[in-house]
Amino acid sequence: MIALATATPWSQVSTLLLPALGQTAAMVGIVMSIVVALGLPLGVLIFNTSPRGLAPHLTVHASVSWIANLGRSLPFLVLMATVIPFSQLVVGTTIGIKAAIIPMSLAGIPFFARLVENAIREIPRARLDVGIAAGAGKLQVIRKIQLTEALPGIVAGLALNVIAMIEYSAIAGAIGAGGLGYLAVNYGYEQFDGHIMISCIVVLVAIVQIVQFTGDRLVRSLSH
Amino acid sequence: MIEVSALTKRYGALTVLDGIDFSVRSGEIAAVVGPSGAGKSTLARCINLLEKPTSGEIRVNGQDLTKLSRGELRGARRAIGTVFQSAGLLARLTAAENVALPLRFLKIPHDERVQRVRELLDRVDMLHRANHYPAQLSGGQQQRIGLARGLALRPAVLLADEPTSGLDPDTTASILRLLAELRDELGVAVVLITHEMDVVRSVADSVARLDHGRIVEYGRVAEIVRGSDSELSRALLPNPPSAENRSGTDVWQLRYARADVDPAWLTSVARELHVDIAILSGLIETVGGATAGRVIVRIEGGVPSRLREAFAARGIDARPGAEFDLADTASPAAPDAGPELVGKAA
Repeated sequence: MIALATATPWSQVSTLLLPALGQTAAMVGIVMSIVVALGLPLGVLIFNTSPRGLAPHLTVHASVSWIANLGRSLPFLVLMATVIPFSQLVVGTTIGIKAAIIPMSLAGIPFFARLVENAIREIPRARLDVGIAAGAGKLQVIRKIQLTEALPGIVAGLALNVIAMIEYSAIAGAIGAGGLGYLAVNYGYEQFDGHIMISCIVVLVAIVQIVQFTGDRLVRSLSH
Repeated sequence: MIEVSALTKRYGALTVLDGIDFSVRSGEIAAVVGPSGAGKSTLARCINLLEKPTSGEIRVNGQDLTKLSRGELRGARRAIGTVFQSAGLLARLTAAENVALPLRFLKIPHDERVQRVRELLDRVDMLHRANHYPAQLSGGQQQRIGLARGLALRPAVLLADEPTSGLDPDTTASILRLLAELRDELGVAVVLITHEMDVVRSVADSVARLDHGRIVEYGRVAEIVRGSDSELSRALLPNPPSAENRSGTDVWQLRYARADVDPAWLTSVARELHVDIAILSGLIETVGGATAGRVIVRIEGGVPSRLREAFAARGIDARPGAEFDLADTASPAAPDAGPELVGKAA
């Protein structure tokens, strides 16, 4: 009964919840910008250096692929701990939102790169060949055919990635990154604050549902 | 026109194409047939330069495309329009945008592009579907758009890679009519890769049979059908299955060997030799502008000695059926028929 006794009154939950929501949004937003900016070209590179790509190159493909797999093979908690010295070097701190952005991006970029590569690989071969056969340049083929045709798949991957980053942002709460995960762990779990715990869960579930729903709607409107 | 000479393609130790020679004049449709794995797709990808040949030449209007640098190649590819199997239309672009794509790549100005796309869509009778997406079009309509896109840059050569695969017979016929129209009116040289013999018979001027990376038979369709009794000839014009037993010395297989066979040849022979001739099965069609046919007959009441000569005098090649075990392998009814070559079994 201690849990209930120390629970934050419902009327005050929002004063804790709203700033945490803002922090999560900021973290995921910043990380996703980095992830798209770097993961998209990386995915295009992985596909186009593959045997089916525009410039097959075994060595480049194998090394980039290997690095991408490395980033995805570590559990996020382990990755986060591993890159602490690196975070210190880049952002000058090992705690807080700034420090969380480094491991989150490192996990997100290879994930998104793979999703982009898969989305392009799903395009039937004849469609990819159309541009080359018509004398298009490589950049034209990438922009007008690969990325255009793969767009619904890439958007679906984006939704998946945003959801994964929301999850990681909660884990990053452990290094004091703030946000909903931090709130849930520090108030809900450590202090047995049932109200905060329930509120965090409800909000997280709602966000994930909204992201997935929006993603699905977008994919449908982009596919013809 | 396009001239392919000594074209060879190897992947490591595997030789997929082994010294291919053929040429297609402007205003001519040349079909390439052959079973799966014979190298048809590789040949197609070498002709539109998606794959670099190991050796040999591909000349379009005299220019050897295999000797070009990468930059020059980009321009040269535009001389060859490609129609892909099942159209290969981009799903997120409308019909008009698909046709416009090669023009966009070439940075043709907007007004000229719109004008050209209209012409092309009109050409393939698809103007009324300009703003439809591929998913809203039937297979035949998609292939029409694919044809329009292949013609967008006014190519000298149109490469059609299995353009009718998966289409129903009526749609296939309409696509082939369109292809023949384009040949006649635009004077393009068409290389038609297919495994359907009906397609070859109805639209091709010449035909090459590819097997294990080599062209094993090559010639005018009409001549192949009439002038020989080769595997390709039997595949092009198979003996239709007959209800009765074909073996026995009184059963004969007949083939139109000339272009000017008198349609009344059968009664004429019967009258001259005073025999009754029963028709067991037959296929008589116009191929390459003249009549061609195969007929299986049974001679009633004894075979006259001058039978072969009597048929030969009328331009019909005749052979006793018993010698014709091979013919059955080319018949669509035979279960062990090479399905790709015969085309109907699938």
